Amino acid sequence: MSEKKVRLKIRRQDSANAKGTRRWEEFEVPWKPQMNVISALMEIQKNPVTTSGGKTTPVVWESSCLEEVCGACTMVVNGKVRQSCTALVDQLAPNGQTITLEPMSKFPLVRDLIVDRARMFDALKRVHAWIEVDGSHELGPGPRQSQENQEETYPLSRCMTCGCCLEACPQINDSSEFIGPHAISQVRLFNLHPSGKMHATDRLSTLMSDGGIGDCGKAMNCQEVCPKEIPLVDSIAQVSRAVTKQMLFGWLLK
Amino acid sequence: MAAKKSVRSESGKVRRVVVVGGGLAGLTTVIKLCEAGVPVDLFSLVPVKRSHSVCAQGGINASVNTKGEGDSPQVHLEETVYGGDFLANQPPVRGMAEAAPGIVFMLDRMGVTFNRTPEGLLDFRRFGGTLFHRTAFAGATTGQQLLYALDEQVRRFETINVEDDQGVSIPGERMVRKFEFWDFLSLVMDDSGIARGIVAQDLKSMEIKAFSGDAICLATGGPGIVFGRSTNSVINTGTAAAAVYQQGACYANGEFIQVHPTAIPGADKLRLISESARGEGGRVWVPRDTKEKRPGRDVPENERDYFLEEKYPGYKNLVPRDIASRELFKKCFHDKRGIFNRRSEKNENEVYLDVTHIPKPTLRKKLAGILEIYEKFVGEDPYENPMRVFPAVHYSMGGLWVDFERSSTGSLVMGSPRNQATNIPGLYAAGEVDYQYHGANRLGANSLLSCIWGGMVAGPAIASYVRNLNSSSYDLPASLLEKAEIRERDKYEGILKMDGSENPYQVHAELGEMMLVDCTIERHNATLDGVLAKIEELTDRANKVNVLDTSAHSNQPAQFTRHMFNMLTLARVIAQGARNRDESRGAHFKPDFPERNDAEWLRTTLALHKPGAGNHHTIHYARSLDYELAGQRVHVTDEVDISLVKPRPRKYEQAGAANTAAKSVAKQSLAPLPTGR
Repeated sequence: MSEKKVRLKIRRQDSANAKGTRRWEEFEVPWKPQMNVISALMEIQKNPVTTSGGKTTPVVWESSCLEEVCGACTMVVNGKVRQSCTALVDQLAPNGQTITLEPMSKFPLVRDLIVDRARMFDALKRVHAWIEVDGSHELGPGPRQSQENQEETYPLSRCMTCGCCLEACPQINDSSEFIGPHAISQVRLFNLHPSGKMHATDRLSTLMSDGGIGDCGKAMNCQEVCPKEIPLVDSIAQVSRAVTKQMLFGWLLK
Repeated sequence: MAAKKSVRSESGKVRRVVVVGGGLAGLTTVIKLCEAGVPVDLFSLVPVKRSHSVCAQGGINASVNTKGEGDSPQVHLEETVYGGDFLANQPPVRGMAEAAPGIVFMLDRMGVTFNRTPEGLLDFRRFGGTLFHRTAFAGATTGQQLLYALDEQVRRFETINVEDDQGVSIPGERMVRKFEFWDFLSLVMDDSGIARGIVAQDLKSMEIKAFSGDAICLATGGPGIVFGRSTNSVINTGTAAAAVYQQGACYANGEFIQVHPTAIPGADKLRLISESARGEGGRVWVPRDTKEKRPGRDVPENERDYFLEEKYPGYKNLVPRDIASRELFKKCFHDKRGIFNRRSEKNENEVYLDVTHIPKPTLRKKLAGILEIYEKFVGEDPYENPMRVFPAVHYSMGGLWVDFERSSTGSLVMGSPRNQATNIPGLYAAGEVDYQYHGANRLGANSLLSCIWGGMVAGPAIASYVRNLNSSSYDLPASLLEKAEIRERDKYEGILKMDGSENPYQVHAELGEMMLVDCTIERHNATLDGVLAKIEELTDRANKVNVLDTSAHSNQPAQFTRHMFNMLTLARVIAQGARNRDESRGAHFKPDFPERNDAEWLRTTLALHKPGAGNHHTIHYARSLDYELAGQRVHVTDEVDISLVKPRPRKYEQAGAANTAAKSVAKQSLAPLPTGR
């Protein structure tokens, strides 16, 4: 009986500038029960040889938690952006079909499946995605919050900055400065917090500028690809209303 | 004279502290340093938001006592010490238990989306080793939420300028500078053995560079990957701890490795199913009949063996992890009672963890995060079918030895430069990488607490150390950094030249498999001798690996080869510590020595590195340590500070056995309290 194999076709490039090294490589690795894309990549590390028998370097990729809470291992698997840790081989290729892996296309490439997502963290800085606490010293309990509020904010607080929403968004491209759905949703999160609310206008004003919420094209792809099922469309709608209100009546509140 | 407290060095450079690791402990240390006016360079293997703290699920302990049960920090201290089988120094634990409510309130103010009671207060649930509702939680992804809150505060400091001694902001000098995707290689030490900076490698450009720091704090987490597959993130190789250990830092209680009872077996990792599943009422069982082939939900109640509840009527499914893991192991391996698996069509080493009797709205509000993981990776619905789980390596109680200064009242002297200090002057450690708070076994939901508390203690301790430094690291000759840089570059060049026949990933896989099988739940001296011999053999093979990749960009195989050597070093510390300790205490269990032996072993294992030829090291086990701190000689021994709670045998069969202070109220708290809606 021939050993069951997992077939992978992987987009590779040796470094950002080495465009000439852009290529596909194919691999076959031994199948194991409950295998995911990451464990298949780990098998390549143990035997970095392509299907045609050529020696190559192990494929490099980013990963950390392997249980879809850190957001590191995002890549394009069979044409769909997602975390590769939850990409189970038996689901993707029940009959031994080839699984295709590519790096995300909307971020600068680093090498192979690794891209640079620094812009997402910069965006969090721009929208002041934090609570302005007076300090970490003891100041007693925080403000009371209703269970309803917690149920609205908890899903928003699960954003892993993984990049799926930016990858799927048509407004993220070379000619646009759109900040991205993840940052808008974080504005909603912090503006819902009893003390975060006190600085709501700071966050909204960032979203009024170039690349802000006005650049959303309402394609709604973001919510579809979000691995944590964060209601991003809803977030954009709510923040958009708040921004409009701020633009129309903000001067009255001053 | 430039004041010692000045933000600038004599030569006018901004004085910084280096923090390595951006999980809960590292980020808290950064925040505390920034608040004390000390700028920080923060290094991390990954963007700090992706640190392993995200994996923590169940919650964080704090005796806020909002359920009227009579819980208090004193009870928390007692239960932590008892759960740890009396190996933890008690004053630091007391400090932690007393600070816990304030820490949870701080996190709440930072915006953590904790679950709430109908009155809008923080909700608390039960966890292992206690009868009290002491664990605050945000769904079942509490670690993620806590990490994000601290990450956000640190990001804020990234936008704030350093101020000079007159309070004028210094343009271009931010309070926090982040170096993400950098691998810690080693300390820069001066001639008198003081840590003066670090050498690190940029994992994209592979550039090796030395950085000054007036002090260094390692908050680099645990070494779970030494065991191959565990519940840990792939970055938890323990490489930084291994590196400083080889530079003279003492590694304490390395043999104490926590095995978590409930994880999902997997090819790449063993995914945790939080203790909170049992805290919310989940039950562990196997069918009474080993020939039982029906799906778990179809097995009638009277044909189920709820073996933890039967054996431990006091704490039931919430006995501490070391005990639960041993019972699960015994059920599967010794009694051959593992459950039937419909996919493999045979009985596997798995037991049921059942939450199907809990109302679905409760599950969705409180446990969705972990049930989602089960659903995604196993492909079965845990709301309808009992989950299939088995123990997995989870946490290291041992780690870098750190000091503490006891106050006259038996707590910590906050701001003492001895707190969280390693035996290398200028090197501090906090979080899972230190050994301080959990003794021989950690209680659930104490890890998030000890990480944050470790940072809260380390921050002021380091600030105080830095203020009293006679000369800033920034005023030392550049040759000090250059020498360290050259040393590390040579080492790295050596790795790039490795062209042998062995594969580093394969060598590591074999190490992990052996450590997992032979050095976890049950330990036998003959087997451990074999483990130690095999580590030597694997070291020989490691010396003959092929680096697989010599490129100058994102060279992961070369980085991994370095980590592999460091994992072999830590494996030796863990296995030799286990071999030496002929007793059973907490997570360390030897069937041939089944009793705890306080007369001989109520002491800290202190391991010091002795270099040998060809990466073959030996270990010197010390009974005391001497180190210099701010011109003072500090002498410490391996004696455990048991000044607050007198050691007694652990008996989780009886309700309330873990504490004497609150025995009467503990009885009342046995009845489940209504929480949430």
